[in-house]
Amino acid sequence: MTHATLLAAAGEITSTSTGEAAVFWILAPIAVLAAVGMVLVRSAVHCALLLVANLFCVAVFYMVQQAPFLGFVQIIVYAGAIMVLFLFVLMLVGVDSSDSLVETIRGQRLGAAIFGLGFAGLLVFPIGSAIDGGSAKGLDKANEGGNVQAIGRLLFSNYVFVFEAISALLVVAAIGTMVLGHREREGGRVGQREWMRRRFTEPGRQVTPLPGPGVFARHDSADTLGLLPGGGRASGIGGIPGIPETAEEPGVTDLPGGRAASDTPDTPGAPGTPGVSDGPGSAGPGGPPGSRGPDRPDRPDRPGGTTPGAPVPPAPTDGAAADGGAGGAEPVDVNGSALAGAGKGDER
Amino acid sequence: MNPANYLILSALLFTIGTVGVLVRRNAIVVFMSIELMLNAVNLTLVTFSRINGTLDGQIMAFFVMVVAAAEVVIGLAIILSIFRTRRSASVDDVNLLKY
Repeated sequence: MTHATLLAAAGEITSTSTGEAAVFWILAPIAVLAAVGMVLVRSAVHCALLLVANLFCVAVFYMVQQAPFLGFVQIIVYAGAIMVLFLFVLMLVGVDSSDSLVETIRGQRLGAAIFGLGFAGLLVFPIGSAIDGGSAKGLDKANEGGNVQAIGRLLFSNYVFVFEAISALLVVAAIGTMVLGHREREGGRVGQREWMRRRFTEPGRQVTPLPGPGVFARHDSADTLGLLPGGGRASGIGGIPGIPETAEEPGVTDLPGGRAASDTPDTPGAPGTPGVSDGPGSAGPGGPPGSRGPDRPDRPDRPGGTTPGAPVPPAPTDGAAADGGAGGAEPVDVNGSALAGAGKGDER
Repeated sequence: MNPANYLILSALLFTIGTVGVLVRRNAIVVFMSIELMLNAVNLTLVTFSRINGTLDGQIMAFFVMVVAAAEVVIGLAIILSIFRTRRSASVDDVNLLKY
């Protein structure tokens, strides 16, 4: 090899090609902007996406710099596997768990920004001055039989012990993840029978299916009254058009409380009585059978059930709604439902 | 273009990653910032490998990638187990090592 060809080869390698320069000057700002955005953006998912953009840019830099194997490993392992892992954990933890903007240490952000500027200056300026005009030897000779083959040869000759240690590290990491992710089961194994039993015995569980979306009702059964969005009743029992409302009127007016309330329709509590009648029903999700009973004004055994509520009628005459929430459970419920009937009668 | 530009770029990325670790509260985002720093170091190693004309830098970058993968797996498992007990992924809430 003559001197001239050596010089030519050296010059060719030292100055990178224009294509590489174009790739660098296009992708380097993107990489830096993605990194800055990753630090600044609040949502963790956006952080992950910006990091993926940055990783792709760096992968292209690897490929341009005669390291195609590392470039593809970067895309497959980093941008593929690790970022999927990140997003998976992000979804497990909850996407809405974004950063709080409260500074626990005062002036931490400002300090971090100043530190970052100083650190960048400390790193960038010495590099710029020290390697300015430095010559790159290039990897053409080292990559002669192919980059992957060369890396493999090196990996299994000079670095074989490091390779073994790394494999041991990977095994330990896998075991450690299993240990950290494992949770001991508390109590015995829960079978189907036990689940069914819990469904009916545990308080607060809804046994029946929940009403469909858009249905303005707490229960799906026909004997509980569905309310219109304004709070009033739809025509018919429970909003069912076929059943006339008058069918339940005698049952309601038989109540002593209902009489008393309907005698005083101008009480201030009367317009709000649907709310009062809703109150015990909504306040009792802890006991479905107990709370669902008072919502049924048309039950045949209701007049019999009102006998403990007989002393109540003096109450609604002076502030029925105010008294409704503070009294005992059962008589007040009856009173509330009776008032609900009175309010309904006023609306018609 | 000088290959040293890659070094300057990776220095910038490393700095941004450091600032991210210092500023962010979400533990997962802190981990992402650490990934950014590791990538910057990898870019430095690959660039030096090219400047020196040997493949040792690339091998080192490869090892860094493997260690980073192991670190991410363990770290995310720790974050998950903390989240199970504390119901939070914020690094501010983890001021006790137990319970």
